[in-house]
Amino acid sequence: MTAVAERPAVEPRRKGPMSRQNLVATITTGYLPIILATAVVVVPLLWMVLASFKSPGELLTQTPSVLPDSFAPSNYGEAADRVPFGRLFLNSAIVTVVGAGIKVVLAVLTAYALVFVRFPGKKIIFGLVLATLMVPPQVQVLPNYIFISELGGRDTYWGIILPGLATGFGTFLLRQQFLTLPGSILEAAEIDGASHWKRLTRIVVPISTPAIATVALVNIVFEWNEYLWPLVIVSDPNMMTLPVGLTLLFNSENGADAYGVLMAGTVMVILPVLVIFAAFQRYIVSGLTQGAVKD
Amino acid sequence: MGVSQVTTTEVPRAGSSAAPVRSAQPRPKRRRFSSRSRRDYLVFLALATPNLLLIALFTYRPLLNNIYYSTLNYTLGSQVATPVGLGNYKEFFTSDDTQGVLLVTAVFTVATVGGSMALGLLVALALNKRVKGVGFARAAVFSPFVLSGVGVGLVWLFIFDPVVGVLSYVLRLLGGSSPEWFNDPTLTLVMVIIVYVWKNVGYAAVIYLAGLQSINKDLLEAAAIDGANSRRTFFSIVLPLLSPTTFFLLVTTVLNSLQAFDLLRIMNPLGRGTNTLIYEAYLQAFGGANRAGYSATISTVLFGLLVLLTVFQLVFLERRVHYR
Repeated sequence: MTAVAERPAVEPRRKGPMSRQNLVATITTGYLPIILATAVVVVPLLWMVLASFKSPGELLTQTPSVLPDSFAPSNYGEAADRVPFGRLFLNSAIVTVVGAGIKVVLAVLTAYALVFVRFPGKKIIFGLVLATLMVPPQVQVLPNYIFISELGGRDTYWGIILPGLATGFGTFLLRQQFLTLPGSILEAAEIDGASHWKRLTRIVVPISTPAIATVALVNIVFEWNEYLWPLVIVSDPNMMTLPVGLTLLFNSENGADAYGVLMAGTVMVILPVLVIFAAFQRYIVSGLTQGAVKD
Repeated sequence: MGVSQVTTTEVPRAGSSAAPVRSAQPRPKRRRFSSRSRRDYLVFLALATPNLLLIALFTYRPLLNNIYYSTLNYTLGSQVATPVGLGNYKEFFTSDDTQGVLLVTAVFTVATVGGSMALGLLVALALNKRVKGVGFARAAVFSPFVLSGVGVGLVWLFIFDPVVGVLSYVLRLLGGSSPEWFNDPTLTLVMVIIVYVWKNVGYAAVIYLAGLQSINKDLLEAAAIDGANSRRTFFSIVLPLLSPTTFFLLVTTVLNSLQAFDLLRIMNPLGRGTNTLIYEAYLQAFGGANRAGYSATISTVLFGLLVLLTVFQLVFLERRVHYR
C-alpha cells in the first residue's frame, strides 16, 4: 500500500481512449477505495488499543489526542481489580479448548460414519444433522437453561460447554471433504484387512488435515466469542468467560472515565482472535464462507 | 459421491458371491449381507451416537420444549406453571408491543441486509484487483466478522459517546454537535445498524469477491471491444452474472440478521428501540419481565419464520442454481 506512487497509472499495452479510461478507473477504483475500506476497519480497532492506555483525565477531554501520554498498562491492572480478569481469561481458554476440541473429534467421527460406514437411512440422518444449522441458538436457550439448571450445571464448566457440543457445522464441512477422498485407497485398505478405526486414523484423518484444521479454527473462534449461553448460565464472576465478564465490568463502570478500563478488557477479548485470524486467515475465511455460517 | 461409491462396491460383491448359486432366492443373500453389515452398523452407532445424541438433546428437544412452554404462564425458577393454551399466541398477535417489535425487526433486517450487501459489493469491486497490499486489505475487511460482538460493541460505544467519543469530536470540528445516540431510541437503532454493518460487511465482500473472480474475463473483454464503458459493463454484464451470489447472500444475511444478539445486548441492554424478535424473546425470559412462557412463544414464532424463509430459499434456489 506504500507503493502508490510507483504504480503505473496507465497500463502500457492499451492505447488511445482506453488509456484515459484506465486512468479514470485507476483513480476511482484504484488504491484510494482499498485504503479507505482498510482504514474504516483498522482505525476503530487501533483507537481501542490506544484508548486502553489512556488515563481517565485523557479520556474525559473534549479534544481527544491520538496517542496516550504513556503506554503504562495501568488500565489493565485496574480492570483486573474490578473483575477477576486472569480467571476470566483462563475460563475462556478452558471453555474454548475443551469445547472446540470435543467438537472437532465428534465432527470427524460423525462425518466418517456418514461417508464410509454402511448404515440404513444415512441420508435421513445427515438431513437431520444438516437441519440443525437452521435452528438459531437463541431459540434453544430457554429450554436448555431449564434443562441444564435442573441437572445442576449452572456456574460449572460442563454446564457452559455441554449444550454447545452438538456439531452440525463441522460434520457438514468434513462430510463434504471426505466425499472427495479417492474411494480406491480406502477399498484397498479394507481388502488388506484394515479396520474402520485404522482407516480413519491412518488414512482419512491424515489426508484431511486442512479441512479438520478449518473446522477446529472456526470452532475456536466461535467458542471464544460465544456470549448468550454463558451469559444466562453463569452468574458467579469466577466462572464467567471474557465476554460475560466484560458485560459485568461495563455494568459496574458507568462514568465516561471508565472507557480506558473497558477498552483494556476489550483488547483482551479481541486481540487473541485477531492474532489467530492473522495467522490462519485462509482457513478461517474458507471455513466461514463455504456453506453455513454459524454453529 | 463417496456414498454412491460405497453402495456400488457393496452391491455387486454381495450379489456376485451369492448369485451363481441361488440367484432367485434373496434369503442367503440377506443373511450373508447382515452378518457383514451388522459389524458396520455397530461401528456406525459407536462413531455417530455421541454427536447425534447431543443434537437430539440440545438442538431438537428445545424446539419441542419451546412449543410446550409457549402454552404456559411460567416464571423461570418457579415450581408452578399455569397452562394458558394459545393465550400467549393470542397476546402476541394482538398486542401493540408486537407491532413495535416487528417494526424494529423489519427495519433492522432490511437496513443491515441492504447495507452490508450494497457496501459489500462496492468493497469487493475495490478489492478485485491484483495490486500490492490487496491481500492484507481483504483480510482486514473480513476481520470484524470473526471478532467478539461484545468487544466490537464496546469499541463503538466509546466512539459514539456523545460527550467524550471521537465521533462527537469530529462533528464538533465540522461545526455540528453529536446526536443523542444513547437516549433517542430511533438513533440507538441507527447506531446499532451502523455497527452491525461494519462487523458483517466483510462477509458479503468476500462472497462477492469470489463471485467476481469467477466471471469469465472473455466476456468483459468482448464488452470492451464492443465499446461498452465500465458502467455499462457493470450493470449489463457483471451484476446479472452475480445474481446467484446476490441471492445466496440475501438468504444468509437475512438469516444472520434475524439472529443478531451480541451487539444489541451490549450496546443497548434494555432494548429500547432495538428490541427485535430475538431480543424481545431474551428480555421476556431473562430481562426482568420473567415471562418464560411468553418468551417461548416468541421463539416459536421466530423459528416458524426461519423455517418459512428456508423453505422459500430451497424452492427458489432450485431455479436460481441453473442460472447459467
